[in-house]
Amino acid sequence: MALDHLSHDCDVLVIGAGGAGLRAAIEAADLGCSVHVVTKSLLGKAHTVMAEGGVAASLGNVDDRDGWKVHFADTMRGGQYMNNPRMAELHAKESPARVKELELWGAVFDRTADGKILQRNFGGHRFPRLAHVGDRTGLEIIRTLQDHSIHKTTVAVSMETTIVKLLKDGDRVCGALGYERVSGRFVLIKAKAVVIATGGLGRAFEVTSNSWEYTGDGYALAYDAGAELIDMEFVQFHPTGMVWPPSVKGILVTEGVRGEGGILVNSQGERFMFNDIPENYRNQTAKDKEEGWRYVTGDKTAMRPPELLTRDHVARCINREVKAGRGSPHGGVYLDITWIKERVGGPAKAAELIRKKLPSMYHQFLELGGLDITTERMEVGPTTHYTMGGIHVDGDTQMSTVPGLFAAGEASGGLHGANRLGGNSLSDLLVFGKRAGEFAAKFAKEQKAGWLDQAQIEAAATDAVHWMDAPTGNENPYTVQADLQKSMQALVGIVRLEGEMRQALDKIQEFKARAKKVCAPTGRTYNPGWHTCLDLPSLLISAEAVTISAIERKESRGAQFRDDFPDKSKEEAKWNMVVKKGPDGKMVLERRAVKPQTAEMKQIIEDQAK
Amino acid sequence: MSSPSPVPTTTRSEPRTFIIWRGDKDSGTYTPYTAEITAGMVVLDAIHQIQAVHAPDLAVRWNCKAGKCGSCAAEINGKPRLMCMTRMESLPPGPIHVAPMKAFPNIKDLVTDVKWNYAVNKRIKPFKPKQVEADGSLRMQQHDIDRVQEFRKCIECFLCQDTCHVLREHDKHAEFAGPRFFVRMASLEMHPQDAEDRREFLKKEAAIGYCNITKCCTEVCPEHIHITDNAIIPLKERVVDQYYDPLAAAIRFVFGSKK
Repeated sequence: MALDHLSHDCDVLVIGAGGAGLRAAIEAADLGCSVHVVTKSLLGKAHTVMAEGGVAASLGNVDDRDGWKVHFADTMRGGQYMNNPRMAELHAKESPARVKELELWGAVFDRTADGKILQRNFGGHRFPRLAHVGDRTGLEIIRTLQDHSIHKTTVAVSMETTIVKLLKDGDRVCGALGYERVSGRFVLIKAKAVVIATGGLGRAFEVTSNSWEYTGDGYALAYDAGAELIDMEFVQFHPTGMVWPPSVKGILVTEGVRGEGGILVNSQGERFMFNDIPENYRNQTAKDKEEGWRYVTGDKTAMRPPELLTRDHVARCINREVKAGRGSPHGGVYLDITWIKERVGGPAKAAELIRKKLPSMYHQFLELGGLDITTERMEVGPTTHYTMGGIHVDGDTQMSTVPGLFAAGEASGGLHGANRLGGNSLSDLLVFGKRAGEFAAKFAKEQKAGWLDQAQIEAAATDAVHWMDAPTGNENPYTVQADLQKSMQALVGIVRLEGEMRQALDKIQEFKARAKKVCAPTGRTYNPGWHTCLDLPSLLISAEAVTISAIERKESRGAQFRDDFPDKSKEEAKWNMVVKKGPDGKMVLERRAVKPQTAEMKQIIEDQAK
Repeated sequence: MSSPSPVPTTTRSEPRTFIIWRGDKDSGTYTPYTAEITAGMVVLDAIHQIQAVHAPDLAVRWNCKAGKCGSCAAEINGKPRLMCMTRMESLPPGPIHVAPMKAFPNIKDLVTDVKWNYAVNKRIKPFKPKQVEADGSLRMQQHDIDRVQEFRKCIECFLCQDTCHVLREHDKHAEFAGPRFFVRMASLEMHPQDAEDRREFLKKEAAIGYCNITKCCTEVCPEHIHITDNAIIPLKERVVDQYYDPLAAAIRFVFGSKK
């Protein structure tokens, strides 16, 4: 078959144009490489734009007791020590420089009284650490990176283009094949190194804060190319998503609401978070309502309110209240910020403060929920938000187990362990986006161009269009996707059981068979039916990786809660779960020893636990 | 400030007719579809339902579904709006017309070719910091950045570009930057730590003079940015001061040019 396609040639191909992808592209370009960025949507629309609360960096602008060691220890504790400790160390050390650099590129963060970058409290962070812009920090960061990268003459961007296959020359990657949504034409990109920055897999679940793009493409591309995926059982359910009306179910309500004093209440008016405080956080948690309020208003002697415990814990507490019949009318619990009127001098002052600190939340509820958060309580419940696991990378270079293939941001695994702290995703994508770009550039400079195998390319192209040109059935791709989402939500959700997860695995096999029989309407120009057909294999690989890893981990830790193994296990704590494609093409799982901490790291963690 | 329109508590659904543009820049037709509407639904939900049930190839752009990314701009009953932020309860009874943005070439159905905007942005001189502190950061007071932060709320939905008559009616894309990029330039020009000067670009290449401040852009902005009053008019004043003020010209002649 003579393939009609567009061709590009570059040193470094970056797949994904969220924060991690753009930061990688900027770095590789600054090191003298030609860079090609491919993005599934338009530039500036990636999920980074949805990040609300802030970016974690121990600048110490608000509390000078903060520093990289505290941030490191917080990240490890939050991740229940499943983290790659080297990544947690680099992340804590380098994020302040990455944030300040953004300011020089035009980002305008909120300020302290002495004109520095303001920082706010967030769950699991010991001190006010999140640099922010109201509750639209992600928008500020992606726009800054976007506007900075467009002036790099060696960065080319293909918008609305999806990669369907990584191409290999022997062991190493040497390019990729994709298609352009607008024309439907194939795009062949030759590259000496590839950075995957495609985000997560939220669309494998029914209730999610993720947009249509997050179908686990990066995991599937890397997996097919022979790379390993690590910690895939750890899927973060953010405790506060909207629950009503149905059309907005899952949309994120920032943790910033709780950081500004918002409290969680059940239908009986009880502030239930005080009832269940984990042992390892007890000496860092407020004794009562009074102390909690003092903490959120900046009293350095006070401890955090229990609403600001880690996300895994808060999500489970909400889930328990709802299951016990103490939920709100639409199956959530109440998140109340109106109560601060008692403390700030009346309802008018409170309303003004809420609108100033949480403008996007105010508008989101007013316009989508018909509710004024300055006078009424919100209804919230858990929503699939983030994938802690991902492509297994080297902590320093971000290179996967496949030479020349790098990953950064949510697409990579290791930094967050079993649970990610809020604010650590934006800092993750800055720190490791830069590192991935840097080491991909180094790798590219040391390589000759790879050899593109025409047979690989044509096979991938034929595979990509057969849904349209030669369908083998008439399944509706949207229906298969929706059925998969329902199954994963019901069987591999917040509370997990081996029997149910085995059922989910059987279902995944059924969905795989159905996904072979989907058909797309004809016409390759901007055809979302076809795009949905192409997303299904990625979703299925991602869902399978989550499920088999979750079955293998026989304990409850971080985001993984097993009703059949409700406690932490010392034995399980020694292992990370790693999946890859076996020689027969089936997914295989291996236990890999958790990376050891150095003596210095152990000392830091011990000191910070006091 | 708008007061919230309450979401009905019923879970009953009722059918509504949507008349949607199906076609491209050369040909097409408005095609009727039916969607089952339940409480709290937005127009984008209905479009998705139609796509999943009746028209799998119906082209539509969307991402966040929460008014934060600006992808799903379209014209609903003739008005430029975000489909994800248009509640069904807010629309009058009768069929709902959904069309692509008119100021940009139609690619297919509700998707338009907006890449012109990205090309304009590339021509704007980037931020250039004035005084960097020893620790690598800037010092700025909150009250000095409040107005810049308003401009930086822009989600690049391009509804302001769509409604601007200079682009929509007069097709001046080749010589006019449009409200979105006046907002962007305002965010740079009014940044207390920016050392660049974009006045010549504003006058000669962005043609800010074409704007006759009808405020249509401000009206459609989903982020409620005061585009005309806070961005365009102050920028026009800067250009006027630079090019048309004889006293200022004389002072510059004697003392030299300074931003």
